[in-house]
Amino acid sequence: MVHITMNGLAVEAECGSSLLEVARFYNFPIPTLCHEDGLNSYGACRLCLVEIGEGPKSKLVAACGYRVEEGMKVRTNSMRVQRARRLLLELYVATCPQSKRIQDLASEYGVRQCRYQPVDGQPGAPWDPKANCIQCGLCVRICAEQMMAGAIGFSGRGKSRHVARPFGMTSEQCRQCGACLYACPVCELRCQASTAESLLCNGCLNFSPVCFQSYSDAMCFLEPCHTCELSGPFRHEVGIKVHALHDAGQKVAPSTGELK
Amino acid sequence: MISTAHRLVNLEDLHQAMRQGRDLLYPSEPKIMIGTATCGLAADAEEVLHAVREEVANSKLPYQVTETGCIGWCSQEPLLDICIPGRPRVTYGRMKPGRAREIVRAIPEVKREWALAMMPGDENTLNGAHVNYCVPHNGHMDGLTAYKDLPLFKRQLRIVLRNCGIINPDNLEEYIARGGYHALWHALRKHTPEEILNEVKRSGLRGRGGAGFPTGVKWQAVRDAQGEPKYVICNADEGDPGAYMDRGVLEGDPHSVLEGMTIGGYAMGAHEGIIYVREEYPLAVMRMKQAIRQAQDAGLLGQSIFDSGFSFEIRVVKGAGAFVCGEETALIRSIEGKVGEPQQRPPYPAQHGLWGKPTCINNVETWANIAVIVQRGGDWFSQIGTAKSKGTKVFSLVGNIENTALIEVPMGTTLAEIVYEIGGGVPNGRACKAVQTGGPSGGCIPADKFDLPVDYDSLNQAGSIMGSGGMIVMDDHTCMVDIAKYFLEFLEDESCGKCFTCRVGTQRLKEIVTRISQGEGKEEDLDLLQDLSWLVREGSLCGLGQTAPNPVLSTLRYFRSEYLAHIRDRRCPAHRCRELITFAIDPVLCNGCGACVQICSGKAILGEKKKPHIITQAQCTKCGACLEMCKFDAVLVH
Repeated sequence: MVHITMNGLAVEAECGSSLLEVARFYNFPIPTLCHEDGLNSYGACRLCLVEIGEGPKSKLVAACGYRVEEGMKVRTNSMRVQRARRLLLELYVATCPQSKRIQDLASEYGVRQCRYQPVDGQPGAPWDPKANCIQCGLCVRICAEQMMAGAIGFSGRGKSRHVARPFGMTSEQCRQCGACLYACPVCELRCQASTAESLLCNGCLNFSPVCFQSYSDAMCFLEPCHTCELSGPFRHEVGIKVHALHDAGQKVAPSTGELK
Repeated sequence: MISTAHRLVNLEDLHQAMRQGRDLLYPSEPKIMIGTATCGLAADAEEVLHAVREEVANSKLPYQVTETGCIGWCSQEPLLDICIPGRPRVTYGRMKPGRAREIVRAIPEVKREWALAMMPGDENTLNGAHVNYCVPHNGHMDGLTAYKDLPLFKRQLRIVLRNCGIINPDNLEEYIARGGYHALWHALRKHTPEEILNEVKRSGLRGRGGAGFPTGVKWQAVRDAQGEPKYVICNADEGDPGAYMDRGVLEGDPHSVLEGMTIGGYAMGAHEGIIYVREEYPLAVMRMKQAIRQAQDAGLLGQSIFDSGFSFEIRVVKGAGAFVCGEETALIRSIEGKVGEPQQRPPYPAQHGLWGKPTCINNVETWANIAVIVQRGGDWFSQIGTAKSKGTKVFSLVGNIENTALIEVPMGTTLAEIVYEIGGGVPNGRACKAVQTGGPSGGCIPADKFDLPVDYDSLNQAGSIMGSGGMIVMDDHTCMVDIAKYFLEFLEDESCGKCFTCRVGTQRLKEIVTRISQGEGKEEDLDLLQDLSWLVREGSLCGLGQTAPNPVLSTLRYFRSEYLAHIRDRRCPAHRCRELITFAIDPVLCNGCGACVQICSGKAILGEKKKPHIITQAQCTKCGACLEMCKFDAVLVH
C-alpha cells in the first residue's frame, strides 16, 4: 500500500493502481471518455486530467495512466483542472456536437458557450463519422484486447489519423461481433440502446439515408451493420417499405424490431 | 583501411594507427579536400570532386584528393581546400568544376583568386593539441584572413564539431590521429564506470536534444535501474525545419558518436547501443554504418574492447521520418516495431525503456561531447558556458541571414553576437525582426531582446526553448501571423494524433490563425488562442504537444500589434498574407520593360512595351514574383 494525499485527504492506495482507480474508489468524480474498465488505459481523451505536485512543479496528468507514488499530492478538482476540463469539453462539443454523452458532460461541467465553428460548418448537419470521431480508441482496444481480433486500428498521423480496417476491407479477423459499436462513447445517437432485451433499437432507421445503404462511409466496421444483420428478414422484406416511408417523410418509431 | 589483422588492443596499437592517420591528415604531397556532406552535395560538390579527381589523374601528379565533412560555412558551399605542406590550408568557396580544375593546375602555387580564408594551423579541443601547417608569418597568402579572425569563426569553440571539415569521415585513422578513441582507452583501462559517471556529472553536461536534462543524472538512473540487458540509444531523429546539427556530426565525424556511446555503455553497464536515424539522411546512415564496420574491424566495438573485458555493439535503426519519433517514448516504440506514439511517463525509459529494459537515450550532440569530457575532465568542460548551462551548443543558423552556417558557440553567447557578428546580420540592408529558436516547439524572440544569453533557462523564460539548435532568422518582411500559421501547419501534420488536445488543438489553433491571416478574425479570437494554447500546453501527454503552442504564444506575446493589425485594420504590415494585400503598378515609375509580364504565371499583367503596365486583380495570384522582378520599384503592395 502507498499513502497519498487526494484533495487534502490522506488516503491509502494499492501499489500499481492508477490515480483514476484510487479517485473512483474514494468517490471523487473524474469524467472520462476513453477509459473503460477491463481495457488498458490509453490516455487519449485527456478528460481525466488531475493536478499533481505542488507549487511551480505542479502539473496536469491523465489520471487513467498515472500510477500512484508514495507521498504524492493529487487534486482532482482544482481551479486548474476545472479550467482544463471546461476548455476540453468546449473543444469536444465542437468536434462532436451530436453526442448526447458529450452534451451531458458539457452541461455538467459548466460549459456555457462554444467558440469554435462546428466541424462540418453547419449546425444540425448529419453525423460525419470521420470528422466527428473523437479517436478515444475504445473500439480499437475492445477489438484487440477483449475480442482478441485486432480487426481495426488507427491509420495515419496528425490531422489525417483515423480508425480504419486494414486496407479499407473487413479483415478475416473480424467476427462481426459489434463490440466496436458497443464501446463507442459518442455514436449513441446512431445506434441507440442496443440492450440485451431489445437488441434492435432501429434508431438508425430514423436517419436518412438508411444506414445499410450508406454503411460504407459510416464508421461502422460491420458488413453489413449489426442492426441490419440481426434483422435479416426485415432487411430484405421490409426494406422497401422503409424506403417508402422515408420517401414519404415519415419516421419509423424505434421499436423492438416488430415491424412485421 | 585497418584490416582485421590490425585489431587495436593496446595503447601502442592506437599510437601506430595515429601515425598512419597523421600521414593521411598531413601528407607530404599536396592534398585537395572537398566538403561532401549533404549541404555540399546539394550545391553540386560531387561534380567538383569528379572534376578534381579527373584533373589529378590526368596530370599524373601524386596529389591526394579526399572528401571531408561540413566545416559549417554553408553559404559558401561547395567548399574546396588546398593543403600544401609547409603552407597554410586555403579554402575556396562556391566552387565550379572549371574553377576547381584551374586551382588544381596551379599547384604547387596557391591561387589567390576565389580564396576565402586560410588556416595556418589547427587547434584540437579534444586534447588541446595544436598543429601548425606552416611557420607563422612566412609570408604565404598574406592579406588572406585566417579562419580564427573571420567573424564567423572567431567566437566559435568547436568541441562537438571538432573534426567536421578537418578529417575524412570515411577514415578511422584520421579520427584516431586527432586523438580519437584515446578517451575510450583511458575510460576502459584506467577508470571504473563510477569514475566516468562522476566525470560526466562534474562536467554539468545537459541533454542537447532540447529539454536539457542533466546527462550524469540520467546515466546514474540507468546504472542504478534493475534489469538486464541495458541499452543506450543515440537519438538522431532530427526533424525541425531548418535544423541540421545532428546531420553535420553524423556525416562529418561519425566515430565521435560511436566513441561517446561506447564510453556511455561502459559507464552504465550496457552492452548494446542503437543509433536511431531518419531514413531521410541516407548519407548519414551510410557513413554511420561504415564507421560501425570500421570500428568492429579494428576491435573498437565487439568483444572485449582493448582487452578490457568490456563488450559493446552498436547498430543503426532507420526511422521513417515522423517528427514525433524524436520523443523518447515514441522512439522506443518505433524501434520495437510499433506505432510511434508517446507513452505516459513515469515509468521513464531509464527504468522501463526499450523492450521494458533500462534505456539511456541521448542526442547525437550529447554523445559527441562525451569523449572530450573524459579526455579533458569534467572540470575543464564545466569552465565553459554559464552557471547552469555548461559547454557549447551547435546551432544551424538559417533564414534571412548573411552567413548561413553550422556554428558551435559557448553557452551564454548572446543572440546579438550570434545573429549580427557570427551570422553577419540580415542581407539586403533589411532589419532583423526576430529569431525562432528550437524549431516548431520553440518561440520567436524579437530583435529588441537579442541581448539574451543563449542557455536553457534564459530561453525558457523568454517563452522559447533551446531545442535541438535550429535558429531561423527573420527579416522585417516576415509576417509573424504567417510564421505562426506555418509552424502550426507543420505540427498539425506531425502530431501523432493520440492526445485529443494535441491533435484537435493544433488543428483549431491553425484554423483560428488562418482566419486571422485572411482578415476574418475577431478580437475575441486572441483570447480563444490564449485559452486553447493553455489547454494544449497543460493537457498534452508528450513534449511535442506541451510545446506546440509556443509559436503562437511567443508571437502573441511579442507581436500582438501585428495580430491586431490583421484583425482591426484587415492589413498585413509585412505584406505577406495574400488575402490582405493587393499588387499594383505605379504608372510613373513603370517604364514598360515587360519583365513583370514575362515572370507573371497568372498572366495578370497587361500592357504594351514602353508604356505603363497594369495588373488585373481578378487574375493576380499575389505570388509577388513581379515585385521581386521589377528593377524600378514600380510594383506597389498595399
